Amino acid sequence: MKIRIFPVSIIFLFIVIFIVFLKGLKNPNIYKPKTDVKKNIPLLNFELFESNKKINSNEIFVDDEFYLMNIWSSWCAPCRDEHVFLIKLSKEKNLKLVGLNYKDNFINAKNFLDELNNPYEIIITDKDGLVAIEWGAYGVPETFLIHKKKIIKKIIGPLNIDLVLEIKELVK
Amino acid sequence: MASLIGYYSLIVGGFLSFFIIIFSVKNFKSSETLDNRIIFFSFLQLLLVFISFLGLIISFINSDFSNETVFNHSHTTKPLLYKIAGTWGNHEGSLLLWLLVLTLFIFLFILKSKKQPTKYVILTLLFQQIIIVGFFIFILKTSSPFNYIFPVPKEGLGLNPILQDPALAIHPPILYLGYVGSSIIFSSTLSAVTLNYITKKWASHIKQWVLISWIFLTLGILLGSIWAYYELGWGGFWFWDPVENVSLMPWLALTTLIHCILVLEKRSFLTSWVVILSISTFTLSMSGTFLVRSGILNSVHTFANDPERGLYILLFLFSLIFLSLFIFFFFHKQNENFKISLSFLSKETFILINNWFMMYFLSVVLIGTIYPIFLEVILSEKISVGPPFYHKLIVPFLIPFLFFMTIGPKLKWMKSDLSKKINLIVFFIISLLVASLIVKNLKIEFLLNTILITFSFYLFFVTLSDFVSKKYKNLPQNIAHFGFSLFIISILFNNIFTTEIITNLKVGEKFESENYKIKFENLYQKDKKNFKSIIGKFKIENSQGDVEIMEPELRIYNQPNISTSEADIRTNLLSDKFITMNIVQNQEYFNIRYQTKPFMMWIWLSVLLITISGFVSFFKKKYEN
Repeated sequence: MKIRIFPVSIIFLFIVIFIVFLKGLKNPNIYKPKTDVKKNIPLLNFELFESNKKINSNEIFVDDEFYLMNIWSSWCAPCRDEHVFLIKLSKEKNLKLVGLNYKDNFINAKNFLDELNNPYEIIITDKDGLVAIEWGAYGVPETFLIHKKKIIKKIIGPLNIDLVLEIKELVK
Repeated sequence: MASLIGYYSLIVGGFLSFFIIIFSVKNFKSSETLDNRIIFFSFLQLLLVFISFLGLIISFINSDFSNETVFNHSHTTKPLLYKIAGTWGNHEGSLLLWLLVLTLFIFLFILKSKKQPTKYVILTLLFQQIIIVGFFIFILKTSSPFNYIFPVPKEGLGLNPILQDPALAIHPPILYLGYVGSSIIFSSTLSAVTLNYITKKWASHIKQWVLISWIFLTLGILLGSIWAYYELGWGGFWFWDPVENVSLMPWLALTTLIHCILVLEKRSFLTSWVVILSISTFTLSMSGTFLVRSGILNSVHTFANDPERGLYILLFLFSLIFLSLFIFFFFHKQNENFKISLSFLSKETFILINNWFMMYFLSVVLIGTIYPIFLEVILSEKISVGPPFYHKLIVPFLIPFLFFMTIGPKLKWMKSDLSKKINLIVFFIISLLVASLIVKNLKIEFLLNTILITFSFYLFFVTLSDFVSKKYKNLPQNIAHFGFSLFIISILFNNIFTTEIITNLKVGEKFESENYKIKFENLYQKDKKNFKSIIGKFKIENSQGDVEIMEPELRIYNQPNISTSEADIRTNLLSDKFITMNIVQNQEYFNIRYQTKPFMMWIWLSVLLITISGFVSFFKKKYEN
């Protein structure tokens, strides 16, 4: 019997389409905006976590250093998960960690740090969530890598091992 | 209570398929006349699905939040119209509507096809039952609209505010009539292929069904487009959004199918075209459902993503595709009894040429829509295909398309000479002059625009003159082609003459350009039943000194908490004025977009005209001599 090329190729084509669609279904399909745009950090006034003293962003983020600003809360479960990575990163020489304690209760936050260790060099607070909004954050946890007063990387959601490696690579 | 009745009648309705299939198979083997039980059970199935749908509507009206679908998509403060429209404004309810239309159409088909061979009717019913059973299982297994929740919530989550709109309340049912109508074409084509019944007689019988789906599909797309224009506030009528594309693809296939069926009816060839197009129309509709429901594409129509649903539709869709491929390759025989001699100057040749153009447009849309999926799966790269892609690939080919569309109807079947050549040449010269006069004074690309406008005017003038001279001999074709010329001309002028001002203003400020002065007079608030609106008052003065007050709105809905921007649009016959206002983050400034869009109205009207041509054709018994 003569093999008919046309039907066979059509069926083959449809099988390929089927497989692609099937694989496509498994892909996450929520498009994230590209977050590598280098943006200047806004000039903001913060309140320190432990002393109620005011400090502005220019005083915290001094030129030439790398800063990792992490927005966290004691009530936020993913923050607890990512904490080990922050501890890991705090051992990095070129990197200073800044914590922004978001809509939190002082005692809970303190307990959180006592329990899991404190990776931050400076902690600032944002009791009503306004600072986070002005900073341009979406929620907790969120992490920003800052260099020369520019946000060079923005991470929405908890850190993971790949991101830690990426950050280490960036600050080298 | 209503939910419960709905649920059980849905299940019983599903079981009826079993009986219908058994009776049909028996009937198919033995008898020459249609078994009355089949008709009765089909009616019963339709009735039960209808009761089920009614049950869901009643649950929505009563805000019965023990029903999960109602809880997820309704709210007590919603106006009644949107409570009802909420029934099909969600995945589960809209599938029930699909099913309702499926059963409705097959029942009507059985009633209307008494003069057709019994075997053909029964086989069509069987194919349709495959689809119906598929949907029953889909609904009951993955997307039941009657899930019960306990404890019963006090309040629902509300319907997405951008869906709370009159045009959108009727857009889904109308569109579904079109989509699902194509299922009848699909089933009957498969059945006709199997029984080798692709004949002139079949063509004139199925043409009515093609027309019905086509009319509803066109209307449905039109409504969606109008909605997007004033609700989404992007200031256009077509955005090449994936979900718009998936409605356009079956439309293109269906429009081509109409032309092919006309050829089949007259000259009994293009049978392969008819079969392939019938199959593709329905599979494209189904793929549309798959693409937007599975969440594989992001769009305004993506309901809650559930991979299981996507998987099911995908499997179902491809079973249907492979079934139809199998039937096509094994049963379809080309009519080789007589060689068809196509002479170039004949109506069928021109239809064939434009069919190929239509297929080209279809492929462009198809590739633009699914290419991003392929790229992501194979290379994990994300791209989005935007309007420039479609415009670059489609617009130049509109020129020959318009030309063949103008000349084709002037030719006769089989073989002919062009009659009234002089008229055609004169019209062409007039169009060319008009177009170049228009384009000359504008700062736009001369050559392409002139040619494009020339050919649109050419079609316009020629069809217009036909209204007078042909004495309504071929009215539907004439109206459709005239409508299409009007459509293209309106789009072109709309594109060319659109002006846009984008600026940031705060209350009291004024923006001045050479043509317009826009003053932001003040801002006030209004409380409505289910939303709060912030209304800006703008005074717009044009260069002639005409002053107009326009008031765009920002709406903040309470349930769910979403804000939408409502454009203020002033429509008149010649031009639309369009203003939207949006909040600039953390500032007292508002982002203002002011556009004037000429001939907007004519885009809608021309599509309406095209739809009317479908109606005329449907009600006209003898199409053409």
